[in-house]
Amino acid sequence: MLELYGAKVSSRLLLGTARYPSPAILADAVRVSKTEILTVSLRRETAGGKQGGAFFQMIRDLGTRILPNTAGCHTASEAVLTAQMAREVFGTNWIKLEVIGHHDTLQPDVFALVDAARILCADGFEVFPYTTDDLVVGEKLLDAGCKVLMPWCAPIGSAMGPQNIPALRSMRAHFPDVPLIIDAGLGRPSHAALVMELGFDAVLLNTAVAGAGDPVQMAGAFANAIEAGHSGYKAGLLEPRDMAVPSTPIIGKAVFS
Amino acid sequence: MRLIVNGEDQDIASQTLAELLISLDYEGDWLATAVNGEIVHRDDRAAFDLNDHDRIEILSPMQGG
Repeated sequence: MLELYGAKVSSRLLLGTARYPSPAILADAVRVSKTEILTVSLRRETAGGKQGGAFFQMIRDLGTRILPNTAGCHTASEAVLTAQMAREVFGTNWIKLEVIGHHDTLQPDVFALVDAARILCADGFEVFPYTTDDLVVGEKLLDAGCKVLMPWCAPIGSAMGPQNIPALRSMRAHFPDVPLIIDAGLGRPSHAALVMELGFDAVLLNTAVAGAGDPVQMAGAFANAIEAGHSGYKAGLLEPRDMAVPSTPIIGKAVFS
Repeated sequence: MRLIVNGEDQDIASQTLAELLISLDYEGDWLATAVNGEIVHRDDRAAFDLNDHDRIEILSPMQGG
């Protein structure tokens, strides 16, 4: 079981709720993948206030945990206010903290991220920070009070897959007891299996599932890949070597000449 | 009174934030509100007096990654 701020979950797949062809396909993807945590956001509601209510009811009906985000925020103060408003709406102290630092790569502004994390942790939030694979930033986020880290492995929505595997290995080795969730950049189930084989605790996906030809089938494929990668990591993987090692024992081999 | 509601300049007679929500036909327990960059909790809206040129944000759940 994966434990996040005291909550135990069986599924190691966290799923975003954006960009699906329809709400029904999102709901089917959640059911097929057995995901237990969904990310959601907040946006300006048009007069009348009905759209958000319909979406919120659908999410509530799915019965998962909700992880609100601060997507689109570019300053610590924006992110803190958005987190406070998300807590009011969703009734949870969980917050996926995003403070975007670059318009093209959507990489986090890690300085503002640490500032916002410190404020929110002190205010009782349980922060899931979207960060880079930088170890020093990770340390500062833990010092701020975070108990989970969510590094990217490639830019959001890029589908490039892990771009710096040695850095991800370092992160796992440096934070052996901290839940590490890969957030952003995965495109294929094999990418998810790879990061799980590296020992990451979970994966957060959105575009790779929602943008697939068949999002429901892809959600299931990712769920299987995540489970396979995690199981492989737990089983103890062989390290590659340069020379061959015969798998069939040599002892007792017949000599014909 | 001139108010900026979700980025739009509006002329509204409401005295409190709760009255503003009613006058604009907002309803439901899924709304979050902020005035001039500070959150105003649900229970405080009825007593929260608005002033000319206040900037009001009214947010609700939507899809996100």
